[in-house]
Formats: sequence, structure tokens, C-alpha cells
Amino acid sequence: MNRSRFSSGSFNRSRRHFVQGLAGSALAVAGARHFGWAAADAGAVLSGTEFDLEIGALPVNLTGQAGIATTVNGRLPAPLLRWREGDVITLRVSNRLSTPTSIHWHGMIVPADMDGVPGLSFDGIGPGETYVYRFKVNQSGTYWYHSHSRFQEQTGLYGPIVIEPRDGERHRADREHVLLLSEWTDLDPEHIYRTLKRQSNYFNFHQRTVGDFLNDVRTQGLKPTLADRRRWGQMRMDPTDLADVSGYAYTYLLNGTTPARNWTGLFRRGEKVRLRIINGSSMTFFDIRIPGLKLTVVAADGQDVEPVTVDEFRIGLAEVYDVIVEPKEDRAYTIFAQSLDRSGYARGTLAPQLGMQAEVPSLDSRPLLTMMDMGMGHDMSHMPGMSAAPHHAPADFGPNVDMLAAQPQSRLDDPGVGLRNNGRRVLTYADLHTLGGPIDHRPAGRDVELHLTGHMERFVWSFNGQKFSEAEPLRFNYGERLRLVLVNDSMMNHPIHLHGMWGEIESEKGEFLVRKHTITVQPGQRLAYGVTADALGRWAYHCHLLYHMEAGMFREVRVERKDGAAS
Amino acid sequence: MARAPLTLFCSALGLMLAAGALADQPQGSTDDTGSETAHVPPDPPHHEMGDMTYPRMASMMQMDDRARTGMALLDQLEWRHTAEGNAAVWDAEGWYGGDNNKVWFRSEGERIAGATQNARADVLWDHTVARWWSVQAGARQDFGAGPGRTWAAIGVQGLAPYWFNTEATFYVGEQGRTAMRLKAEYELLFSQRLVLQPEGEANLYGKSDPARQLGSGLSDLEIGLRLRYEVRREFAPYIGVVWARQFGSTADHVRESGGNPSEVQFAAGLRAWF
Repeated sequence: MNRSRFSSGSFNRSRRHFVQGLAGSALAVAGARHFGWAAADAGAVLSGTEFDLEIGALPVNLTGQAGIATTVNGRLPAPLLRWREGDVITLRVSNRLSTPTSIHWHGMIVPADMDGVPGLSFDGIGPGETYVYRFKVNQSGTYWYHSHSRFQEQTGLYGPIVIEPRDGERHRADREHVLLLSEWTDLDPEHIYRTLKRQSNYFNFHQRTVGDFLNDVRTQGLKPTLADRRRWGQMRMDPTDLADVSGYAYTYLLNGTTPARNWTGLFRRGEKVRLRIINGSSMTFFDIRIPGLKLTVVAADGQDVEPVTVDEFRIGLAEVYDVIVEPKEDRAYTIFAQSLDRSGYARGTLAPQLGMQAEVPSLDSRPLLTMMDMGMGHDMSHMPGMSAAPHHAPADFGPNVDMLAAQPQSRLDDPGVGLRNNGRRVLTYADLHTLGGPIDHRPAGRDVELHLTGHMERFVWSFNGQKFSEAEPLRFNYGERLRLVLVNDSMMNHPIHLHGMWGEIESEKGEFLVRKHTITVQPGQRLAYGVTADALGRWAYHCHLLYHMEAGMFREVRVERKDGAAS
Repeated sequence: MARAPLTLFCSALGLMLAAGALADQPQGSTDDTGSETAHVPPDPPHHEMGDMTYPRMASMMQMDDRARTGMALLDQLEWRHTAEGNAAVWDAEGWYGGDNNKVWFRSEGERIAGATQNARADVLWDHTVARWWSVQAGARQDFGAGPGRTWAAIGVQGLAPYWFNTEATFYVGEQGRTAMRLKAEYELLFSQRLVLQPEGEANLYGKSDPARQLGSGLSDLEIGLRLRYEVRREFAPYIGVVWARQFGSTADHVRESGGNPSEVQFAAGLRAWF
């Protein structure tokens, strides 16, 4: 049953050459690499309407240990694609791997057969085959693309997309940089997945110890400490369970560059610099800030928003935020993106010239999950403006669901575990207001409620307790406006991505807030968003934590005409 | 009279300019229909994917939530210092299967002075029945000193509140023999790698089996404390202390052969899994 598709023998040996600059000595390649996606690095940026993308496997060495990456045109990350709104573009994607592959254009509204999900959109791209994607670009902003086949996203198949608006940028900047966050692992992703199935807390090296117990007794007293341990012990849940895969396995990357190599983007003092920030990782939420600079968020998931200025924000997997910074001093600034579980960070620098660097902050202290995160409705004193939504169906989702959130809350203004009351202004979904309103003003005709469920010990993930293999497709009627209501019955954040259609998050009062392609639902949260089923065909709907998707947190959505025909 | 068309013209021009200015306004927040007009739904697919079976879909997606995994755990492979001499003791288990149905293998026993004693192997089907619990059914074979015994097995295993790993298995053998095995273990972390594992195991028999030196009722109880250091999660040497106690006629058999039915033993060993 071991379908190890990433063994070192799985790439085409005739194309074996080294990814220069990733493995070479730091000094020799520093100049070239530091530009990242600057035009000086030929091949790093592709623009126009015709693209040839070749997927292959190449030896790389990011950590001192040789590994095999999945690359596009020999690049890790894949090249930046620059498109123009209104253009019809053609992408010829060839597969030089020995296994099938695919590319999904994340956040792009394209016909179902151009969406790139094997089994739903098309057959996938077999070894030696070429698939021609062709579609009209009817949107603008920052997006990205990645493989939708097995663990190829984990091994490097991800790249940015920047689409120039037909009428020019709404928020003008003097300069821009793409910041693509990801991870690298020297482990075989198949091995990571098997390991999680065998011992799901394998990668958590911050579990509570006897020493922590004694500390808590000293600071909080014996009774409250025992009560706390009793609560978690009864649930058989671990409040330190913040990430399934940690810095133990991962080296966090910014634009494919390790923290030690320090990717650097240039600016001139006084310039407005637009940063297009993409979380292209497989299993990591990042909390990102640039000490010394305010971040003015101007777009979320490619959609312009009313500018909102913050110090820090959490970026879920597959989410995209565009921010504008205005460095006023002639000095270096550190781009600091720590993983949610504080087990590591990606890091880069904004500087007036190459070679400069600023202090790198230390990791924040590691948070613990609270009873509120478990959907128990406690700890509400911490968060003003929240009201409990007593809306949990007394459901029995079967043996593969290890908890239910008794009192899930909307909590759109909750920055999330580890970011609450940290002294910095942290972005929340409640701060985001997409300009131009929703794409559809009709009220939702019906609600579809889905619970995000799982079992930590068995590492099984699902919607409503049903894995993909056990579930029927969700059926949307072509043309209808409906409301998806997600209730997170697990203790993890889940970034949920609906292909082909936008999700328009509603406030608790039902007002339109923000349009997104990937929506993070926090532990114990209940979140509602409007969807217009205007995209005929079969679509993927899934958690973007790669190993959660593989473990069953995936559904098919079928948009059909009322008579049942798909088109 | 000629001024009227001019005024009209001027107002029209003014309106157009104003409209133009509005369109140029970077702030779209006042206009909340912009997205509605800008959004272009996708065309229907030219080529539509047909229905297919789950296995075919899983193979095409390279994503299969029914895929089977396996694990082999050598929980204890240790050398114990006992009154009878040094003993090599093992306690191993392994499983293979999907999330809710697995084949489960267990074995434990000891070797003293080149002879295998008190050894057994269970092969069970493990089926998840509740959030934390599964039922197991299968067979057990006893081997080592004395005649071999074969049993049918049925039991439960799971994670009890407060993180206790528990197993309870009931056995029915030939000639009306019955037996029960109870086991519980816990893990206490001193650091992320230094783990103390208390463990208790008891065996009960419905009737005595003198050929295997077993009495009826509570036959033996073993309580161990093992402190391991996880060099890697999968590889942990340990030291431990075990209190082994026999009861009833099982204890009598031990006394007859010159042993002590209540003994504290020191152990050193290795825990490994893959």
C-alpha cells in the first residue's frame, strides 16, 4: 500500500541537474538569489499569454542534506506568472516526472476542466504527457498555483501568480515584492503521513511535562492546576497540539530561501512597497510581521479591501494578503513569519541594499489552546463582542470524531490562539471589507451546514465525520445563492478552500465582509459565508492542510442544473 | 433663447465629468455593486468528467483515505535481573489496516537460561466501535514451558480518560478453560524525550492448569516503571524496575520450584517502533 512516489528514483535521470543557487555556496550565488523574483533572474518571472511549464524532479540541498524537489522549469519555487486581466492565456504543462501530476490555479475562476484537480477536472497529466490549459483571465490580483497530486506541493510545486488589473492598480505602489512562504522537509512526505497515522503527536516537542505541572501549581495553585489537567484528561485532548507537523521536520522558507540565507527585497527610503504575501506551505500557519513597519492590508485573496493598518497578521494555508509598507528609514527591516506552533520561522529582509540585515525577533512564547478553542464557550471575558451561537446539532458523527464544539462561536474578531492580547494590532476577518460589495446581493436561499471533524489519535479528518471515500458529493443548484456554515468541531485551524466559486464571509448580523477563496475556520468557531453556484461542473472542496486533505477532509461539490445535467 | 441649449450642453458636460470623476475614485466602498458587475462566472467545461468508482477516483487523484498503514512496536525488549537468573523479556505488538479495521498482533514472553517461558501470541481483528475504543477478536497461542494452549479471544482496547492506554481481553480455551488479561499503561513526560511509563498487567484463569504451573483466579500481576530516553521517537533505550507477583496456586508452583512469588526485578532494555 506504500505508494512512495517521491523516492529518489522517481525522477527522470536524463534531466538530472542541480538547482543552482539553492545548493551552491552562499557567497557565489548570493547576488542572483537575493533578487528572488526580480527580472534580473531570467526565467524566474514569466509573462505574456503563452507559457510552457515543465514539471520535473531535481536534486536540491537546502538544509545540508540532499533531497529531491518537484519543480517547474527547474525552479523551486515555480516561476512567477504575470498575467493581464482580460487576456486569454495558454499554459502547456508537461510532465517529466515518472508519476502523474497536475496544476491547480488557486483562486482563479476558470472552467471546471481547467481547474486542475485529477479525477474531478481532468484525468491528470501522466508521465511524458502535456496538458494544455487555456482560459480567459477575468480577475486581477495576487494568486498562486500548485500541484493537486499527492504530496508534490510539499516537495516544491508551488509558484505565484500576479494579474495586472485592466484599469491599473487601485492602490499604487512604487515597487513590489512577492513573498511566498513555504516549508522544506528532508523527510519523504509519504513517511510524514505514515508517521502521523502511527503516532499523531510525533512532531510535537512541546507537550506538557511534569515540570510544567509543578510550574502551574506554583503560579496558579494546586486546585486550578488539577482542574485544568482533569478537563484536558477527560477529553483526552492536548492543549499543546497546535500543529501536526512542526519545525522538527520543516525548514521554513521565504521565496524558497532558508532563514539563514535571508532572502532580501530592496526598497528606497520613502517608497511605497507592495508586498504580495502567499502562504504556499503544506501544513503551516504563519504569523507575519515586519518590526518597525506598519502593514496596510489592501487586498485579501486577490480582492481589494478597504485599507486596514495592522502590526501583524496570521496567514492560513493558501491564503493571500497584499500589504503596503512605507519604510521611512535607510535601514534593514526583518520580515518575520513564525509558525503558529512557534517551532520555527521563515525570515527575510527588506533593505536599501543587499547584504544589510536587521535584528531577528525571538519566537513568541508558545501558546496553549483554551477551552474557548475547544468550543466550550469559556474564556469569553478575553474577547469582547462575542456572543455564543448555541447552534450545535446534537450530532453523532461516528467513531472517527474525537470532539464536538458544544458552544461554537462566531469570533470573527478573534485573532486566534497565540495572537490574543499580544500588544500588537493583529488583523482579524472582522477587519476585512472587500471593496465593491458581494458578487451577488441575493439573500441565501438555503443554508448548508458542515462540521469540520477529526480524530487526532487516529489522524482521520473529515466533514461531518465522513471521509471523502464515505461521502456523497454536495450538490448545488446552478445559479442559486446559498450559505455555507462551517462549524469547527476540532482543536485545529482548518483553511477551507472551495474551487471554482468565491466564498463571501458574513458578519454575525449577516452583512457582507470579505470575499475569499480560502477561509480559515478557527477551533470552536462557527463561520458563515455566501456562495453563488454559478460555476457548472465538479469541484473540489477541502481543507488545505495537505495531510488533512489526504486523510479524508475533502468533498466533491457538484454544481448542476435543476434537471440534473451538469452542463 | 440660444442660451438654453448651451446650458443644457454645459450641464450634460458637467454630469459627464462628474461621472468620470466618480469612476476614477479609488474608493469603491460607496459603490457596493462593483463586484457584481465585475465578476465573470466561468464557462461550462468543454470536457466533463464522468462518474467513476471510488478506487478509480482515488487512483487518479493519488489520494486515498482508505489506504492501509502498518506499525510494528517493540514496546519492551529487556534484560531483567531475577532470582532465577537473567531473563530476556519481550512485549511486542503490530498492526496493519485502515482507520477502523486492522489486523492486530501481540506477543510477549521471556527466555530464561535458554528456555522460553510464559510466552504467547495473539492475532486479532481490531474494529473501531467508539470514539476511543475498539473491539478485538481472534486467537491466542501459548507456548514455552509446558504444553501449548490455544484460545479464542475477544476484547476491548482503547484510550481511557486521562490518557490511560487500556486493554482487556477474555479468552476461551480447550477443556472449558477461560482466561482474562488486563493491561493499562500511562506516559509521564519529564522532558520532551525523557518519558516515564508506568504499566500494569494482570492475568486471571478460570481453572488451574498444573501442566503450565497456573492456578485459578488471579494468577499474576506485574507492575513496571520504565524510564526511557527517546533518542528519536522510534528509538528509546530505558531502565526500569518491575514488581512481579504471583498469587494462589501459581505462587505455590513458583515456591515449589524454589522461586519467590513476589519479586522486585531491575530491567534495562530498548523500545523501538517503525
